[in-house]
Parts: sequence; C-alpha cells; structure tokens
Amino acid sequence: MSEKVFIIQSSPHFQDKDSVPKIMFTVIFALLPAVVASVYFFRLRAVGLYVSCLVACFATEAIFLWVRKKPFQSLWDGSVVITGLLLAMTLPPTLSLELAVIGSIVAVAIGKQVFGGLGHNIFNPALVGRAFLQTAFPVAMTTWLPPATLAVDTATYATPLGNLKFQEAVVQGTLTPIKQLFWGNSGGCIGETSAIALLLGALLLLTKKTIDWRIPAGILLALTAFTGIFWLAGPDKYASPAFHILAGGLLIGAFYMATDMVTSPIHPKGIWIYALGIGIMVGLVRLFGGFSEGVMYSILFMNTFVPLLNRTFRPRILGERRKIT
Amino acid sequence: MKTKTFPHGIHPPEGKESTAEKKLEVLPPPEKVVIPLHQHFGNPAELLVKKGEEVFFGQKIGEATSLFSASVHASVSGKVLSVDGHNHPLGKPVLSVTLANDGKDRVFPEWEDTVDPLALEPDQIRKKVKDAGIVGLGGAAFPTAVKITPPKDKPIDTIIINGCECEPILTADYRLMMEYPDEILKGAELVRIATGADRILVGIEDNKKKAFDLLQQKAASYSAEVFLVKTKYPQGAEKNLIYALLGREVPRGGLPFDVGVVVQNVGTAKAVWDAAKTGKPLYERALTVSGDGVKEPKNLIVRIGTPFQAVTDCCGGLSEDVNMIIMGGPMMGLSQWALDVPVIKGTSGILAWASPRPIMEFACIRCSRCIEHCPMGLVPTQLMKYVKYEQLSNAENWGALDCVECGSCQYSCPAKIPLVHWIRLGKNQIMSQKRKKSA
Repeated sequence: MSEKVFIIQSSPHFQDKDSVPKIMFTVIFALLPAVVASVYFFRLRAVGLYVSCLVACFATEAIFLWVRKKPFQSLWDGSVVITGLLLAMTLPPTLSLELAVIGSIVAVAIGKQVFGGLGHNIFNPALVGRAFLQTAFPVAMTTWLPPATLAVDTATYATPLGNLKFQEAVVQGTLTPIKQLFWGNSGGCIGETSAIALLLGALLLLTKKTIDWRIPAGILLALTAFTGIFWLAGPDKYASPAFHILAGGLLIGAFYMATDMVTSPIHPKGIWIYALGIGIMVGLVRLFGGFSEGVMYSILFMNTFVPLLNRTFRPRILGERRKIT
Repeated sequence: MKTKTFPHGIHPPEGKESTAEKKLEVLPPPEKVVIPLHQHFGNPAELLVKKGEEVFFGQKIGEATSLFSASVHASVSGKVLSVDGHNHPLGKPVLSVTLANDGKDRVFPEWEDTVDPLALEPDQIRKKVKDAGIVGLGGAAFPTAVKITPPKDKPIDTIIINGCECEPILTADYRLMMEYPDEILKGAELVRIATGADRILVGIEDNKKKAFDLLQQKAASYSAEVFLVKTKYPQGAEKNLIYALLGREVPRGGLPFDVGVVVQNVGTAKAVWDAAKTGKPLYERALTVSGDGVKEPKNLIVRIGTPFQAVTDCCGGLSEDVNMIIMGGPMMGLSQWALDVPVIKGTSGILAWASPRPIMEFACIRCSRCIEHCPMGLVPTQLMKYVKYEQLSNAENWGALDCVECGSCQYSCPAKIPLVHWIRLGKNQIMSQKRKKSA
C-alpha cells in the first residue's frame, strides 16, 4: 500500500466561488458609472480628489498593517479602494487636496484600523473621514462649485438642498428641477450628483445580490413617507419626496454606504429597523435640522445601533415555537 | 404538480453525471475484511468471537447489548485473523475483527426465508431488524430498530422514505431506486406496519425524475405516495424533508417521533425488506465511488469491512495527484488519512480528488449569507464568534445544538471561515459541560 499522505479537513469539502475580494470589486465596479459622471461634471477637481484619497487610504492601510504586524492580505481585498472612492465621492469639488488626504487618513486609521481592520469597524470608514472633515473644516466642506457643464458664473453656488433649506427655494420657485438632479447637472459633492449613474451601479449590486435590497428599500420608503406627509400638507412650502430622493447624498448613501455589510445589521428584522431609521433621520435633519443634508449623520447614527440590533434579534430556529430574544 | 421544498438552503454543483447511469456492480468480496464493532450511532457492539475461530458468512460477531447499538455480522466466511484496534473512517482506532475470506461464503445456518414478510407482526419485524443489525444507511447510521420503535405516547401517522440524495456526486440511492423499487416500497410497508403509521410518503429530488416516474408507477400497489421535491441542499436532511413534505416542524431538540413521523432512507428500506424476507443481516451496502481523482467512477455493492483500497482498485485506481479521500458526500463527508480504513455501514460513498490549496481565511464581513442559507434558521457567524470567545451559554441560547452540520453556511461564506468546524467544537464543549454537570 502506498504511504501517501492525504489532507484531513473538516466538512464541507465544497465551497462557493464567491469571496470577499470578489464582493469588494463588484462594489467598485458598480461605483464606476458615478465616478465617470463625477469626472464629467467636475473635471480635474474630481480626478485630483480621487487620486489623493485613494493613495492616502492605501498608504494609511499599509502603514497600519505593517505596524500591527498583520498580513498584507487586506491591502488587496479591495475594501480600502472602496473607502477611498466613497470618501472622494462625498467631498465638495472645491476641497483642497491636503484636506482630502487628512480625511483619508482619518477614515482608514480611526474609521477602520483602530477597531481591528476589515470586518471589525462599527462605522462606515469613508463616512468617519467625511464627518471629521465636516466638523474640523466646516467652511471648506460647504463651499460649492457649479458643475463644469453648467454655464453659470458665480463665486458661490449652493447645492440643491442648500437652496431648499437656506434660500426658501420652494417659495421662491428656484428649486432645482428633477431632470437636472436625475442626470447630475447640479452642485454638490462630486460623486453624489448624478442619480442615473448611481442607480445604474445599484442595479448591478441588486441583481448580483451583493447588497441587501431591504436597506435601500427601507431608506427610500421611510424618506418618501416622511417628506411625503409634509409635501402633501404644504406643497407650497415643502419639496416633494422625489426631490428629496434625488437631491444630495441620499442615493449614494442608501445604495453604497448604508449597505456596507460590515456596518449594517445581519438579520432582516434588524435591517428594517436600521433602514427605516436612516430614512426618518434624513427626513428629520433635512426638514428641521440645522444642516441642509443629513445622510452622513443618519447612517453613522444608525451604525451605532447595529451591534445592539444584531444581538437583540435572531431568526426563528426551525422547530422553535416562540422566539427567545 | 408543484415541487415541495423547505426555506433557505443552497445549490452546490451536482456532479452526478459521471455515475448516475452506471448500474450497481457487485464488488467481489476481498481476501480480507476488517469489521469494526462500532459502525453506528450509540454504543459499540460486544465482541462474540475469538482469534483463530472459524466464522460463517452472516454470523453475528458483535452483539448489541444496549438500546442504542447495533449488532455486526461477518460479511464473508473464514478465519478470525485478529481482534484489535484498527483504523476507522471516523478517525480513531476502533476494536475490529479481521477475517480471512475463505472464498466459500459458507452461509450461516440460522438464515431462513419468510414466505410472506408483509404478514409479520410489528414485534417480529422489529426483532428481525435488530437481529440484522440494520442502521440508517443515509450516513448517520442511527440504529433502525430504535427508529421503528416509537414511544407509546407518540403515535406515528406517517412514514417518509427519503430518496432525496441531496449530497452532490452521490448516486447510489438513485441506483437503488432504479434497480430495486419493489424492495424499497415493500421495506417501507414493513416500517409502516412496525410503527403503526397510516401512510407512506416518498420524497425524491426533481433531478431524479426517472426514479420518481418509476416509483410512482409502482407505488399504487403499495399504498405509498411519491412526491417530487426541489433539488436543493439539504433537502434530504430529516427535519427539512419533514417540513417540505408535511409542513410540520420537529421541535427544537426533538425527534421526528414528536411530530408523528419516521424517516427512512431508501437503502435502509431495502435492507429492512431483505432482512425480513431472507433473514440476511446487513453485510453489504450500495455506495458511489466518484470524484475527479477516480479513474472509473462506479456505483458498487460492497461487503462491509472491505478496505477502501480494494474498492478504489476496482474503480481503476486513483490518479497520481489525489490528495483527498472522503467517506460520504462532499458536504458532510469525512476526510480520510489512509486507504486501509474499512467500508462501514454508514459509508454512502468514497470520493477522491486533488484538492486545491486552501484559500486564505478573511475576517467576517457580516454579509449574512450564512443566515440566508442556514436551513435551521441559525446565525452561524454569531455562533462561530460565541464559540471562539468561549461564550458557551450564549452559543447554546442561539441554537448551537440545533445545528445539523450540513455545511450550507460554510459553503456560501465568502470569507472562507470554517463555520461548521467552530460550531461543531462548540457543540462538543456544550455537551461535555452538560455531562460534567449531570455527573
């Protein structure tokens, strides 16, 4: 008999081909239309932001892995690319590149690595970076430019939501038209303006089941219901739900940030609470808060509840009569 | 007709094409058989023979002395070469009887035919099943005599015959259904009589349409109903099949008895019939030898105790690059470290292939696919974490003991985390804690 050595391993011996890097690169691929759109609308400023965020995120991750003596594996799994892309996409076109680099360092260092790297963070890293910039450099983070495709010559330019909040756009009749929001020909953070490009990528993520449909569905549902009630009660004072969905960072937040697997709940019940919570929070901030936009803080706020939601709810075990929670 | 099914589960590649249409061949008895005294769920059988003794073909060599046990029998006639610990497919050496085959198959004189087994009383059927040492042939090897002896307070109304064979690659059950449909249905009838049930349901996955057609055609004369169920893993898991066919949920920690059901694999049903008809003990079983590393994949009927080596030799041998041998199916089978282990009652297949290098494990990214696919409604990733950080009471509350180890979670895990391994570890730790407490 041959003295051959065989591998001993625990069952199962079959494994699906999908993997963490594959999931990450699907998300990156889905973000590409919006990246292209942002470069089209904001030209070199967008390119500069992408390059500085990606390089800074990548470098920060590498340094942290080296200091923590961890395998460099997670440098190549694509997660740091997503963080860099998403952070750049949520920055205003006027932002200086040094600030973008600072934001990137905070995103990866404070948002991800201090918790232990991929899979262990509580908050969406890109949003942590952005929240830091927003608090530390509020003026720089709210200075906007019209897109290069829009022939307006003004020193300052407001986002559609800023217009709505601070210029009483509905009363004045200067609300940005839906069509303009849909294609992306309006002011705002570079990656959030083009609804069509974001939806195109979202379609891919939904069909490939990379993201849970419940999260965007819950957010859109809650926001539509919340803003819809006010709009129906006072259409001369409040913007329509369609405007709220297409304007600002709602779509990029709902489809690409709230859906981050690591920082969203794992079972359906928790997911619904999380998603509806974000939708309502966004509505609250936009209608009654001090900021014109609330997607970032809403997602970060609901992120904090994820561990609690994961521990409170669990699916019903087959054969279990009543739930034990 | 709508195919029935259960929620969740996975769709692994089937890989049944290479053997599905290959008829069962009888493997000639080898020169030497190794018969472990422990081949089933429960306690080992007690040794009845000594070294140097001559035994008959079919003679009882190990006696079931406790309830959860099964007798073992000589699968050839010849001399007892040795009685000692021998490598066993479950990993640890087990007290085994090694027989030299004299090639004569001198039949044990106690074998006797029954003219009309269907006229037997329930007690007689149970005795025959117990004497024949029959265990569940689907893989778990639970003593069948226990299974067809329901407690008095739990009336049984339905017998389910499990023809799902949901494990990829395996086709032995399919061949049994194609070649022995009458024996299977008659065996089911015996089980029905023994348990006092009213009806027999047969569940067959819809990738085995031919077997379904054949059994349905035969079923009319045996008062059995045949159902197509969706091809989905683990459709053949006892609790999931009961849910798919009847919509009943076996309570947590309970048995099919609790919902009035007894489930038997098709191979077991055939063995019950054979035992009742001819008095023959369980000395052989059908199995599939397949996988990319097997030169001529086959379905075989093999004597219990035949070393794996003899089985694979008969299938053209293994290719050079084979580095993994599995007993059972690819989802729940056990990897083997040597080919000298014997075929036991629970060996539903022998698979061999060249395993690719293991992929590096990632951190859990909470994608929740394990939850989406768990047929038991568990949260494998959470269980894994509880076990990893030694929070056993939490693991138990979250249903670690409900895990059937089907592997659906690990199959679908994009981070390649050995979830089943962690949960299995947790189950063992919880059970040993319980034993300590009760002791």
